[in-house]
Amino acid sequence: MRYLTYLAIGVFFGIVMFKSEAASWFRIYEMFQFGSFHMYGIIGSALVLGIIGVQVIKRKKIQPIDGSAMSLHPKENSIIRYFIGGIIFGLGWALSGACPGPMYVLVGAGFPSILIVIFGALVGTFLYGAIKKYLPH
Amino acid sequence: MNWIYEPWPWYVAGPLIALVMFLLLLVGKQFGMSSNLRTACAAVGAGKAADFFKYDWKSERWNLTVVLGAILGGFIASNYMSDNTVEINPEVAQQLAADYQITSAGNSYLPTEIFAIEALSEPSTIFILFIGGLLVGFGARYAGGCTSGHAISGLSNLQVPSLIAVIGFFIGGLAMVHLFYPLIF
Repeated sequence: MRYLTYLAIGVFFGIVMFKSEAASWFRIYEMFQFGSFHMYGIIGSALVLGIIGVQVIKRKKIQPIDGSAMSLHPKENSIIRYFIGGIIFGLGWALSGACPGPMYVLVGAGFPSILIVIFGALVGTFLYGAIKKYLPH
Repeated sequence: MNWIYEPWPWYVAGPLIALVMFLLLLVGKQFGMSSNLRTACAAVGAGKAADFFKYDWKSERWNLTVVLGAILGGFIASNYMSDNTVEINPEVAQQLAADYQITSAGNSYLPTEIFAIEALSEPSTIFILFIGGLLVGFGARYAGGCTSGHAISGLSNLQVPSLIAVIGFFIGGLAMVHLFYPLIF
């Protein structure tokens, strides 16, 4: 039942990503060319509602339905890892035109080439794990 | 029923993405689509090679289930809810055609020049896709999250680290499109 819930949320997320065209390379390219408000509107409106909702959750002390603790963990303090890691991520985001959520959506949408991007992302994740101790955090 | 086939405008999509985050919070999970890459590495035994993957990945199987759902969602949306074309700003489309000979804007969901199976006969295309993915995977873990984990989840929770990461995302993205694209494509 629990896993069915996660699956349903994933299906919903996948449809929203595809239908909003946030999973399209063209929309990502257009965003970085400042060619349209579309992507900024998606992220911005999600964020405004997100900030309001998280404040409501905190003030009303809303708990998850299974009685576990609310997963609103503060991020550990640092500048370098977020800044450098962020730039590396952004380079890849603009080169492949896909971030981690849309990659999977595009598999379902029938683009076999995206599997190369996902394979690259797995290798990149592994590479980070392998050299983590040598990187400034 | 036209609204199903038309692209969904930002003011529909943005709130629905916020809804995804709240649904996950209500079932005790945090919205973040890149953690599953670490879970997948751990599940195939990467813990033998690096301590970063030695953790209780089985407790993170939920995010692999979300991935499976996202794949299904992409299948449903592209097959039953879309004509699989994306219209972008005509000026940007013209510039893509003039500078990079990418002429499929308006006719397909992804540029066929890069994502069609035939494009894979060019080794450079395989290289571009692989390196793009590599940077995404490496950067997301180094930064501790991606677009969903930082730009949506983290910023919603007013996290300064997420703001730094998102600024980094845009510096990287702008540098790629404006400085490196003319060299690569």
